[in-house]
Amino acid sequence: MADITSLIPAIVIAIPLLASVLILATGKYENLREGVTITATVAMLVSVLLMLPGVLAGNRFTVTLLPMVPGGDFALKVDAFGMVFALVAASLFLLNSFYAIGYMRSLKEHAQTRFFFCLAVAIAAAIGIAFSANLLTLFVFYEILTIITYPLVVHVETPEAMKAGRKYLAYLFIGGIFLLAAVILTYILTGTTDFVAGGFLAGSGSDLILQILFILFLVGFVKAAWMPLHGWLPAAMVAPTPVSAFLHAVAVVTAGVFGIVRIAGWVFGMDLMATLSLGTLLAVIASFTIIVASLFALAEDNLKRRLAYSTVSQLSYILLGVSMLSIAGMTGAMAHIPIHAFLKITLFFVAGAVIVSAGKESISEMKGIGRKMPVTAVMFAVAAIGICGLPPLSGIISKIYLALGAVEGGVPILLLVIIASAVLNAAYFFPIIYTMLFEISDDPAALELVSEPPLTMLVPIILTAGISVLIFFFPSMPFMDLIEIAIAEITHQVMP
Amino acid sequence: MTIINHIPVFLVAIPILASLLILATGWYDRRFCYPIALITILSQFLASLAILLRVLDGGTIRYHLGSWAPPLGIELVIDSFNGFILVAILLLAAATIVYARRSVEKEIAPDKIVSFYVLFQLLVTGLVGMTITGDVFNLYVFLEISSIAAYTLIASSRKPHSYLASFNYLILGSIAAGFILLGIGNLYVVTGTLNMAELATLLPASYHLATVHSAFLFLMIGFSIKVAFFPLHLWLPDAYAESPSAVTVLISTVMAKVSVYALFRLLFTVFTTAYIIDSFPVTGFILLMATVAIVAGAVLAIAQEDLKRMLAYSSVSQIGYIMFALGVANEIALEGGLLHILGHAVMKGCLFMVAGLIIYRMGTSRLSDMKGLSKTMPISCAAFALAGASMIGIPPTIGFMSKYYLVLGAFEAGLWPYAAVLLVGSLLAAIYIWRFIEIAYFGDPHGGHDEDHHTHTAEREGPLSMLAPMVCLAILCLLFGIFVEVLMGAVGPAALLLLGGA
Repeated sequence: MADITSLIPAIVIAIPLLASVLILATGKYENLREGVTITATVAMLVSVLLMLPGVLAGNRFTVTLLPMVPGGDFALKVDAFGMVFALVAASLFLLNSFYAIGYMRSLKEHAQTRFFFCLAVAIAAAIGIAFSANLLTLFVFYEILTIITYPLVVHVETPEAMKAGRKYLAYLFIGGIFLLAAVILTYILTGTTDFVAGGFLAGSGSDLILQILFILFLVGFVKAAWMPLHGWLPAAMVAPTPVSAFLHAVAVVTAGVFGIVRIAGWVFGMDLMATLSLGTLLAVIASFTIIVASLFALAEDNLKRRLAYSTVSQLSYILLGVSMLSIAGMTGAMAHIPIHAFLKITLFFVAGAVIVSAGKESISEMKGIGRKMPVTAVMFAVAAIGICGLPPLSGIISKIYLALGAVEGGVPILLLVIIASAVLNAAYFFPIIYTMLFEISDDPAALELVSEPPLTMLVPIILTAGISVLIFFFPSMPFMDLIEIAIAEITHQVMP
Repeated sequence: MTIINHIPVFLVAIPILASLLILATGWYDRRFCYPIALITILSQFLASLAILLRVLDGGTIRYHLGSWAPPLGIELVIDSFNGFILVAILLLAAATIVYARRSVEKEIAPDKIVSFYVLFQLLVTGLVGMTITGDVFNLYVFLEISSIAAYTLIASSRKPHSYLASFNYLILGSIAAGFILLGIGNLYVVTGTLNMAELATLLPASYHLATVHSAFLFLMIGFSIKVAFFPLHLWLPDAYAESPSAVTVLISTVMAKVSVYALFRLLFTVFTTAYIIDSFPVTGFILLMATVAIVAGAVLAIAQEDLKRMLAYSSVSQIGYIMFALGVANEIALEGGLLHILGHAVMKGCLFMVAGLIIYRMGTSRLSDMKGLSKTMPISCAAFALAGASMIGIPPTIGFMSKYYLVLGAFEAGLWPYAAVLLVGSLLAAIYIWRFIEIAYFGDPHGGHDEDHHTHTAEREGPLSMLAPMVCLAILCLLFGIFVEVLMGAVGPAALLLLGGA
């Protein structure tokens, strides 16, 4: 149990930044450029893994890079919870990179250098969020992530995409301003913004101020896409599929929910949140989002948009877990971050594969597509079953914890929300599976040339689905072990 | 006395001589003009750095012109406040003079080039003089030197509208100068001195006098016109938009900042915080007007169809940020304001350089003509994006750091609603900056498919002498932000000095 000063966290972030420069420099030579992306991504994942044993042993890696402003140095700290996010981001980014290369080349997309450059900077920002030692550093990376994902969202540059891009920026910029206000208010109240396991705000201001502060944070982390501030996420579906995967699983929404869990566990602390009855507020928002977003998903025929509403709904599981303010609830919330990420990225990968192979985006047009792309369609079914929370997939793990939390916390109505949502999930996913695998196409000739996507896309799909199965059988390694350490930290079972 | 002790006077005397030299050699051959101006301004910049280091090390430097002690003689004073400003403005002047050569060749009639460089040199000299003088009347003289040079320079572009812009500025500038002169006269009547340090010690006894109040108001109004503090900004958009590119860069960065400096100097060291907060409480009003300026300037910027005009209104908004610091008047906010004086000069200089290069290349500054510009001018657009990010206040740029200090200062003073306006202002900045980004990068979906096959070289995009200073300033936006702690070493003492400390 010690803080170890180490440059590795900084190196992890520096690798993709360096790669982004090289990507610009090698832009003319596609293979070399993609080589840079893959090399950097592997190097990044390896550096993250280097720290894993240390973090599992309860150590934290810290480094202060630069003095910044009053309120926080530019400092990194790798703890167990940050490690969860970093592991998710780094490993999924590797798969997403292969997938993106296959996808972009198959569709002969324009401006690929810009695309891979932005992705590299964005992953650096995401890892930065995971490793931030204080609110200010987190804010810096959070804003960079907002800006650098904009060119990805508007990649196709159609008027529709530009409109979606404006919406995306408007939500996230305004959110960023709320976040900045929250960070500064935190500093004014306490004189620090360093994360402390178990929180550091208690007793620093009146209940009202602290409640307002929490709402500022909540709006600030609009990347968590809770309703009614979710509009940017379905709009951003106009982006190429690897970008959707990046937004929905690798980094962006994950950064939002990560931020909220960070705030709950490391700024407010569960006890203070209970005193301020913030759990109730969060529970209401989360329950509303879970149910309503599922209903929206039911109504969507566009596969990617349906998945987007599914994400909105699933993210609120994490908020719901936090709102229970209990060990089981918090564990469920944290566990749902990697679990949902691996499942959802599989679904997006499949949606993209269908676009590449068959050019279809509407669910109603996908009849019988499973006969032409059996592996892809089966993987979709596997991941969808996982999201619904059925064994033998990872989804059930977080749901069990959440259900436990609901019972433990004495709010059985939340249990009802979870069950209702599971039914709704099944209602919007099973028809897709049925359409893909069991229905027969109205126009078989149109599907004549459809086949499985290129291997760079197919292998990541199989891997992410496979990992989701593995997490079910071996939950402890490494995610649940890390989460256990994180929970122990914030509940002070072990002194930090 | 060693030579280094005379640097303060060299800062003004040598450039005045240089401007005469430019004129004289220009008769012989106009190719001599540029190198002389370049060398003079670069050496001024180096000298200012040396002075700042000395001041930070050994305290305020007081230089008596001709060894005449004040109050009889004129005193040059360099402390941590104007030492910092001096370096900032000469950095920008140096970048501008490098940038100017090719831009001037294109935009100024060949027979006007000699007088252009003479006036350019005089303008810089006047501004440096305003910055380092310790005498209010001397301040007025330098103000007039710089103003008259500026009126002429604005009119030197070949566009017909530039005469009108120059004339408007001449009228308003003269009104401002009149106010300032009246203010100085009143101060002299009350105290019998024109030396700033003596004024500061003699004035408190007369703080209750109507003469002092009217002097304060005259000076306040006069300089508010000069800094284009909303709603006294009317001369600014035309003057910025119609001048030759190099002049726009110089007046929008160096000249605007020196006027701001003079206002800070008068309010904080001649009148002191005791006067502006207690005897004649004006900070609340300044704060209110500053927030109005931030919002109104940004909204007007959003409404513009012309890039230079948009940037000009953005300046009106950004001046609001600096005045905001003046209105809050606590240490953290003033640090933010001073950072913003430097930061805004660097980013706005860069943005106007981009605008100038676009005019150089394409002969237009209409936003609608810039569709897909990032394909043909990638370096300029990247520089714009970086400086623009700083304008919006995206971390880790200098723009974020100064806004952070300002918001923190406002929070600390309990001025929460004002802090909220500040944050909204950065959102508005995002809107007008993003219009260009969207047009330049994403506005041309059809032409975008061959990007990877282009090879871009500096020669194709513009002359190296225009690209280099632009890129340097863009990178400085980032470096100043990341290494803001180094700047705080100079800004911290300056803010304390303004508040009457060390």
